[in-house]
Order: sequence, then C-alpha cells, then structure tokens
Amino acid sequence: MTFIPLTWLLGLSAALFAIGVAGVIVRRNILVMFMSIELMLNAVNLAFIALAHRLGSMDGQVIVFFVMTVAAAEAAVGLGIIISIFRNRETVHADDLTLLRW
Amino acid sequence: MAIWLFVFLAVISIVSALGVVIQRNPVHCLLALVLTLLALAVMFIALDATVVGFLQIIVYAGAIMVLFLFVIWLLNLQAETGPTGGLALKFFGTIATAALVAELWMFLLRPHLKIKYVGEAAGYGSLSVLAQKLFTDYLVAFEATSILLLAAIVGAVALARRPPTQRESAPGSLS
Amino acid sequence: MTVDFPALTLILVFPALGVLFNLFVGYRAGRGAVSFVGPGVMFAAFAVASVAFYQILVMAPGGALTYTIWGWIEAGKFQTSIGLRVDALSAVMVMIVTGVGALIHLYSVGYMAHDEDFARYFTYLNLFALSMLILVLADNMLLMFVGWEGVGLCSYLLIAFWYTNPEFAYNGRKAFIVTRIGDAGFLLGMFTLVWALSQHGAWSLDFLTLKTHASDIAACTLLGTTAATVAGLLLFLGATGKSAQLPLYVWLPDAMVGPTPVSALIHAATMVTAGVYMIARLNFLFVLAPAALMVVATIGALTAIFAATIALVQPDIKKVLAYSTISQLGYMFLAVGSASFAAGIFHLMTHAFFKGLLFLCAGSVIHALEGEQDMNKMGALRTKLPITFWTMLVATLAISAVPPFSGYFSKDLILEAAYESGHTGLWILGVLTAGLTSFYMFRLIFMTFFGDSRVDHEKEAHLHESPPSMAIPLIALAFLATVGGWVGLPEGLAWGDAFARFLAPVVGDFKPVVVGNPAMLSLVATSLGGIGIIVAYLCYIRLPGLPVILAWRLKGAHQFLLHKWYIDELYNFFVTRPLFWFSNTILDRGIDHFAIDGAVNGAGLTVETTGEAVRRVESGNVQHYAFVYLLGVLGVVAYYIYLVVH
Repeated sequence: MTFIPLTWLLGLSAALFAIGVAGVIVRRNILVMFMSIELMLNAVNLAFIALAHRLGSMDGQVIVFFVMTVAAAEAAVGLGIIISIFRNRETVHADDLTLLRW
Repeated sequence: MAIWLFVFLAVISIVSALGVVIQRNPVHCLLALVLTLLALAVMFIALDATVVGFLQIIVYAGAIMVLFLFVIWLLNLQAETGPTGGLALKFFGTIATAALVAELWMFLLRPHLKIKYVGEAAGYGSLSVLAQKLFTDYLVAFEATSILLLAAIVGAVALARRPPTQRESAPGSLS
Repeated sequence: MTVDFPALTLILVFPALGVLFNLFVGYRAGRGAVSFVGPGVMFAAFAVASVAFYQILVMAPGGALTYTIWGWIEAGKFQTSIGLRVDALSAVMVMIVTGVGALIHLYSVGYMAHDEDFARYFTYLNLFALSMLILVLADNMLLMFVGWEGVGLCSYLLIAFWYTNPEFAYNGRKAFIVTRIGDAGFLLGMFTLVWALSQHGAWSLDFLTLKTHASDIAACTLLGTTAATVAGLLLFLGATGKSAQLPLYVWLPDAMVGPTPVSALIHAATMVTAGVYMIARLNFLFVLAPAALMVVATIGALTAIFAATIALVQPDIKKVLAYSTISQLGYMFLAVGSASFAAGIFHLMTHAFFKGLLFLCAGSVIHALEGEQDMNKMGALRTKLPITFWTMLVATLAISAVPPFSGYFSKDLILEAAYESGHTGLWILGVLTAGLTSFYMFRLIFMTFFGDSRVDHEKEAHLHESPPSMAIPLIALAFLATVGGWVGLPEGLAWGDAFARFLAPVVGDFKPVVVGNPAMLSLVATSLGGIGIIVAYLCYIRLPGLPVILAWRLKGAHQFLLHKWYIDELYNFFVTRPLFWFSNTILDRGIDHFAIDGAVNGAGLTVETTGEAVRRVESGNVQHYAFVYLLGVLGVVAYYIYLVVH
C-alpha cells in the first residue's frame, strides 16, 4: 500500500476550505452561503481523518463523528432561521438583510 | 491507497466544490455539494476510517443535504438571474481567498509535517473500536452532544412553526 | 504673671453650642427654644467672662490668663497655636462683646418675633459672637485673623438676611467685597511682620513674640522705610475696611438694610471696633512707626468730620446713625493715632453703650411704626413711646458729650490726647466734629419725638411701646451709657483715670508732647457741643421752616451732602464698572467661553465627528464582516509561517 503524502491530503483540505470561504464571501444567496459553510466543515473533517490515519489514533475519527453531529444540529437550526427570515421578509438575498447596520 | 485513486477523488472534490460556489441554481449547488461529500466519503474509507465514511454518506449526504433540498423547495428558490451586486466584495474576496490558499500551502510545505507512520492497531476504524472510544473516553462529550441535538430539535421546531393566528375581533371592541 | 485658665474655652464653647443648636435643631425646636438658647449662651459666656475679668482685676498689674487649646500650625520653623489670652485689654473687650452682645440677643427675641427665619437669625448671631470672641481672645495674629474673617462672613450673612430682596443681597456683597480689600492689606501686613521677625530668628506671630522683638522689626528696612511702618500701614488698611474709615467706609451705610439689632451689634458695638482693637493690641509696634501713626490719626480725624457732614441732612434714621458710627470710629482712630490707646479703647466702650442703645431705640421706633424709617414721617412720638424716648435721650446726651454722661469723658480724653500730641489741626477738626455731632443727633431726637406728628394715619393707630424683651436691654444700656464713663475721670478728680491705669500694663502710658490745659480744652469742646444743641433746637423746634429754607437756599451744598459727596458714584465709575467689564469681557467671554469651553466642547466634537466617520464600518452585511475576518486569518497564518520559517 502506498502512502499518500500527508502534505497532499492537507493541501487538498486547505483548498476545499478556501473554496468554502470564497463561497461565503462571494455568494449572495444565504442558502448557498450555508452550503459553503458545510463545505468548510468537510474540509476540516478530511484533515482530521488524514492526521488520525497517519498517527494511528482513533481520536481523530471520534472528533469527526462529533463534528458531523454538531453540523447536523447546526444545519437544522440554521435552516429554521432561514425559513423564519423568509417568512418575514420574502427574500434570501444577503443585501436585503442588513438590520444591524448603523 | 493508490495514488491514482487519490488524484481522481481530489479532482472530483475540487471541481464540485467550485461548482457549489459558482452555480446559479441553488439545486445545482446542492447537487455539487453532494458529489463533493461522496468523494470525501470514499477518501475517508480509503484512509481506513470505515465507519466515519459510511456515516458521512448516510448522515451528511443522506440527511443533511436532503434537509437543504427540502428547504430550497419550500422556499421555492429559483436560479439567480443577472448580477447580484457587491462586485467589489466579490473581487477582493476572491483575491483574499487565493491568498489564503497560498499561505496555507506555504505553511504545509515545511518539513515539520513529516510525521512517521506509526502503524495502526487492529480493528482501526471499525465500529467496535469507535463505539468503545465513544462510551469510555469521550462519554461526557457524547452525552453533551445528545443534549445538543435535543436542543437543536426544540429550537428548530420553535423557529419553524407558524405564529398562533389572531382571532377575529368583534367590531367596536378594543382589539 | 500669667495664669493658666482652661475655663477661657467656655467663653467660646457657649456661643458655639448656640450655633450648633440653632443650626441643626433650631427650626424644629421652635421659637421658644431658640429664644432661650440664643441669648442664653451669650449670658453664660458673659458670666464666664465676668469671672475672668474679676481675676484680672485682683491680679497684680500686668497679669494675664492664658490657655492654649491646640498646637495649630508647624511649618518648618514657623509655629502658631490656637491660644487664648485675657489681659487687661482683652478683658475689657470680652466684657463688652459678651455683655452688650447678650443684651442685643435678648432684644432680638422681641424684634424678630414675627420673622420666619428666627432660628437662622440666631444661628448667624451666635456665630458672629463666636467669631468676635475668637478675635478678641486670640493670642496671636493668625487666630485673630480667623476671627476677623469670621465676623466679616457673619456681617455679610446678616446684612443680606432678607436675601430675597436683591438690593439687600447686593449690599451684603458690597460689604463683604469692600472689607475684603482691607483684608488683603491685613494679610500683607502679617506677611511683612513674619518676614521682619524671621530676619531675627523668631518664627511666629504671637503677640508676646511681636512685643519682645518690636524694636527689631522697627530696625528692619523695607521699601525705603522701616518694616514696622510698612506693616503698620498695611494693617491699618485692613482696619479701614473693617472699621469703615476713608476710603473703605462705603459699605457701612448700605449695611443698614439688615435687621436693626444686627446694625446695633455688628455695625456699632463690636465688629467695626475690631480695627481699633487691633491697633491697640499692636501698640508697641505702632509707637515705633510714627509715620504710620500720623496716617492713622489724620484719616481718623478726616473721616470723623466727613461722615458728620453727611449725617447732617440724611432723612433715614438709620443712615444718620450709620454715618454717626463712622464719625465716632474716626474719633477712636484719632485717639490711637495720637498714641493714646487707652483713650481709644475708652471711647470704644462708651460708644458700644450709647451707639448700641441708639440703634436699639431706633429699632424700637421702627418696630412701633411697622417699618417706617424716614424721619420726615415721624414726630411727636415721645408720649406714645416713653421708654424709647427717655433711653434715646440719654444716649443722645452721651454721644453729644454732655457731662456727666459717658461720652463726655471719653471724647474729652481723645481731644485732649490729640492736642497734647501736637496734632493741633486734627484737634480743631475733632472739635468741629463734636459740634456737628450734637447738632445732627439732636436733630434726630427733635424730628422723631417732638413737633407735630407726621406719621401715617394707619400706622398711628397701631403705635405701641416695645415688649419687655426689647425694653429691658434699652434700660440696661441707658444705665451703662450714663455711668459707664465714670471709670475714666479726668486726672485730679476722685479716683482719676482708673481706666487708663488699668490698661496701662498692656497699652502703655500716654506721653504728652505739648502740654495743654485740660480744663480749657474741655471747655472749648463742650461749648461747641452746646452750640450744636442750641442750633438744632432752633431749627427743629422753634423755627420749623428754617431747615427747608436753608436747603432751598444752599441747594448745591445740600444735594452734595445728601448724596454723600457722590463718593459711591465715583467708586462705581472708576472701580466697579471697569472691574465688571474686565470680568465680563476678558475673563468670562474670553477665557471661559472661548478657551476653556472651546477646548472641552472641541474634544467632544472631535469624538463625535470621528464616530460619525467610523460607524460606517457597521454595514450590517455579514459578508463584509466575514471578509474582514478572513483578512485577520490571513494575518495570523502569515505570522505562523514567519515563526516556522525562522
């Protein structure tokens, strides 16, 4: 079995993470922004798994387990919020949701 | 795992991630995200994280993404038409993100990340070992997470239900 | 021989207790309690003072009772303590202050009976008594200055007692500010003395220390003359303020807007005499500064005749008495300026009796007429107010130096001293003033009590004699005004000048320069006094139209005197208005508004503008925030790269 260099795996994780960040900053549709956040979470999961594999420790996998659980909870609540916002304002465009401005 | 498998999966995940960020139709974005998740799941399994990989498919791609899909249908979101504004932010945001990737890769190219492969214990990545870890070392976190899920359920229900409807007031009385 | 006498503190403690009682519980305790406590503490202080006085009497000459309450200031080598000293001089003063003070407190109970602020009045009055007692009992100049300032404060508080009237409040401020100018002189005088003493290694302002080093102070040169002269002149400036001499007398006539017992106590019997007391206390210094003494005597004599001329034509009964006070104080300064300190203190004592009595009688008349003070609206009151009439007559005879009343002996002693110290010109002024004095005082009596009644008809119906609380002090003071002068008879008669002999250990003996014939001098002065009485009788009883005709004929002179020689207007133009202008334009608008407010407001304005500019960061757009966050992350990662590379 050949080993993928750890650097490559972490580099992939970094790239996916950066793409997620770009999604959060660039997109205007808050649902797509949310999806980009999920992408970032997955990139981090990959990093954890890669390092766990290399170190031979199960702890990384346990952490990924918990990350997934929390991501599920967060997705549920976040989508609930988006639905409430949509109910009040009839929009999911980020520029229309600037209540906290000066 | 073989190199070619990794490269293949990496390319798929990057392309679909880009797809998430670039596509106009939210449903297309979602599908691209699902593809990314699947590629990553296979990679997890190839890295001997069998349970987690399957969980990724079942929970993440199977449940959470479906939830997203339901919300998109509920809100009846259409594909975005035309430019969506904030051009300056898009421009500078892209540049900053590219800088972030560059910096992170610079960081990773250093020799300090050459970790020796230690060797895996028997049953690494199996369900029994994962369960053992969960119920002994990480018991408190496990229980806390279950409470978190409970809170999330209650919160989601409270957020998403309709406000109680007003009764019609009789004409002439204080409402 | 000095005896330690701790009971001296009681003389101060009693009025202090009065202040505390009236201040904190007086209003709630009610008029009855305050009427008891207010005068009561004064009578208690008088009792202690009598004991002290008796001790001094039976002691060998030059004896004193002292007591140091507390070591007060120790700054480097300079030391002062809070110490009390009763010697012959301060014994006389403390008897006057507590005795006359107690009588006037009693009188106030009746006079102020209908006033709302009964408790506040007695608080201030007791506080005044306390301050005056500190002044006379002090054994060093700093403590005396504390009392000096205290009486100034109480004078202000009591002049402006009915402060809701803006004119009264203004007069209170005027009194305070004018005497403050004098106080500056007093302070500078003290500084000069400290400086001069320090040249000889003495670092204190005790009277005893000053006495032993007096010649040293006179030997010190300062500004072309001796330190003693400079200090003397500066201290005398303080005296002109407090004792209302030229040029700082202008506050006293306007101080008459206060309650009449206040005028009696503060502006006749006690506070205004503080300047005379101070100079008598420092007699050893002044005798070594003949130039300063000359100035004192000259100003005293000039003030005496100046004020008398104004009193000739004033229609307000209290204003006549005010100018009379200024005039009589001039006599006292003439006395001390002629180095006859005993004569000055003697006249101080008799003046306290008869001038206090005059003011209280005037108060009685005003009380009976429910506030009328214009003598043109009085007349024929002698049958309606008999006690007031007879006591006021006694006082008028005393002030007009008619023998055997007290004023005769003291005024004669002064004029004799003036002549015998070589100041013949000043003696002439004194004699003329005596004539004017008896004229205007009898004018006052005739206009108020004799002739046809010019009283308003409604007031005539309510005319009544004063209640006992007011009548008893009148009678007591009349008694004193009659017999009070008998302690200082001319030499050769009975026990001679016992008063001067009593004071001699403290203030020294009078040494005549020119020998005069006392009998001749007395005759000249008394005859002029008599002429004044006769002229007044002619003008106001025999030929009532005469004053009106004279006023019309000599209109210029009459207006000039009526308007007080236009001095107030002069001061207003040359001093007050420029000061106000300076205060308003330069200090208020220039520095306060422009510079200080500008700086403070400018600081606020700067913060506000900056905030306006910076608040745009809060766009409410989550993605903006995320972007900035990303920039931060970039920075942190760059830092870690930096760490790893090196």
